[in-house]
Amino acid sequence: MASKRIGLQTIELPLRPAITGCAACVGRKEGEGPLGEYFDFVAKDEMVGQETFELAEKQLYLDAIRKAISKGGSRPEEVQFLLGGDLLNQIITASFSARDLGIPFIGLYGACSTMAESLALGSMLLDGEHASQIVCAASSHFCTAERQYRYPLEFGTQRSPTAQWTVTGAGASLLNLSPAVPALAHVTQVCLGRVVDLGITDANNMGAAMAPAAADTLLAFFADTHTQPEDYDLIVTGDLGQVGHDLLMQLMREQRQPLPGDRYTDCGLLIYDRKAQDVHAGGSGCGCSASVLNAWLLPMLQRREIRRMLFMATGALMSLTSSQQGESIPGIAHAVLLESP
Amino acid sequence: MDKQRIHTDPKHYSWLTERFSPPSPVAPCLLRSFWVGGLICVLAQLITDTGTCWLKMTARDASSLSSIVLVFLTALLTGLGVFDKLGKYAGAGTFVPITGFANAMVSPALEFRREGLVLGLGAKLFSIAGPVLVYGVGSSVVYGLIYALFIR
Repeated sequence: MASKRIGLQTIELPLRPAITGCAACVGRKEGEGPLGEYFDFVAKDEMVGQETFELAEKQLYLDAIRKAISKGGSRPEEVQFLLGGDLLNQIITASFSARDLGIPFIGLYGACSTMAESLALGSMLLDGEHASQIVCAASSHFCTAERQYRYPLEFGTQRSPTAQWTVTGAGASLLNLSPAVPALAHVTQVCLGRVVDLGITDANNMGAAMAPAAADTLLAFFADTHTQPEDYDLIVTGDLGQVGHDLLMQLMREQRQPLPGDRYTDCGLLIYDRKAQDVHAGGSGCGCSASVLNAWLLPMLQRREIRRMLFMATGALMSLTSSQQGESIPGIAHAVLLESP
Repeated sequence: MDKQRIHTDPKHYSWLTERFSPPSPVAPCLLRSFWVGGLICVLAQLITDTGTCWLKMTARDASSLSSIVLVFLTALLTGLGVFDKLGKYAGAGTFVPITGFANAMVSPALEFRREGLVLGLGAKLFSIAGPVLVYGVGSSVVYGLIYALFIR
């Protein structure tokens, strides 16, 4: 039967697919943040030399994928699948990039959970020996997200203190089953999450909407693997921001599995200097976890500063229509266990 | 209790969310919107007075002049990318006067120009100001009817 499954939601990957290449290309504001020097490319402005914001996002996406593939010692022709998505309607950034790259494409929409979702599915495809090289990618762009979900850029409004700032950036990872180059990390277990909704309707408080899904996936993963939070060197969520981060800590305390404060962090808190850069509760968007993972976290695993990292990206699965109709915001979280080589 | 799943009551979670979400800083926001909004009104009054005292305009023409100048200035500042910063600072202080209306028209016009003159700019021009116009004009019609039938 399904022998690679452990427990209810977790999947073991005995072939330990390797991540051999990673790259993150970001916008100017992200480049000015605390992780600025680790990104592969920092754009001078939000247009990235393109005609529209949408093309700018696609350019970052393409650059990240091409760099990840070349850093992983491969060429686009050798990569058998591109798994990726973004935040725009009909995931045009990912599909238009796939058109330019010519790699067979599986488009994913997991809102901001896309980076973990693509890594999980990519690793499963490799572990099932359906491919030997797969590239996974996700991106977001502040300006494209603002105009799709909120107001025009030049519209003068105030943001709520719980609001988050959409990251302009793209991250890509090259997964390889039998790498010729040294691995940065191995994907050993994945846990795909359920959609959880505890009734938050405020679209300016995404962290609160997503934190229950993060808690649910964590609980499932710990129960399935008979582990506890202390067994991991680092647990990283995608873009919960300060509010979601605090709520997740509280939820886990209430479930009697508290997260150790020094081993739990959130990409939305890492990418910006929250006070100096005026981003309120922190960063958000697919590009947030994608760029932090590929610029900062994977190299940490490669250097063996940490051995076992649980990377869990969270997504808010609402749309403008569902929000306007007063529906609450369903959240999702997918976790990927990454181990240093 | 099943350790595998989250068991949090939505009511309890809503309470938790309230507790962990920082509130908007009401006092500084009010202060900023009052002084900026007040300053805009003073500026408008200055323009109106200039119209009546120096340019020999009627009071009606002078207030039109004031609106035109404010709308023009807002449009210019929006185009220069300054007004959104002012709006972020002042909130209702810039939004409530006619400057808010001008900004609500110009910002989508700039933003959606890429989608074309008709389906982009044309279609999105009223995307923010539209509801204000619909209900503003609608309620003035109702008020006008009441005035004409019962008061006059």
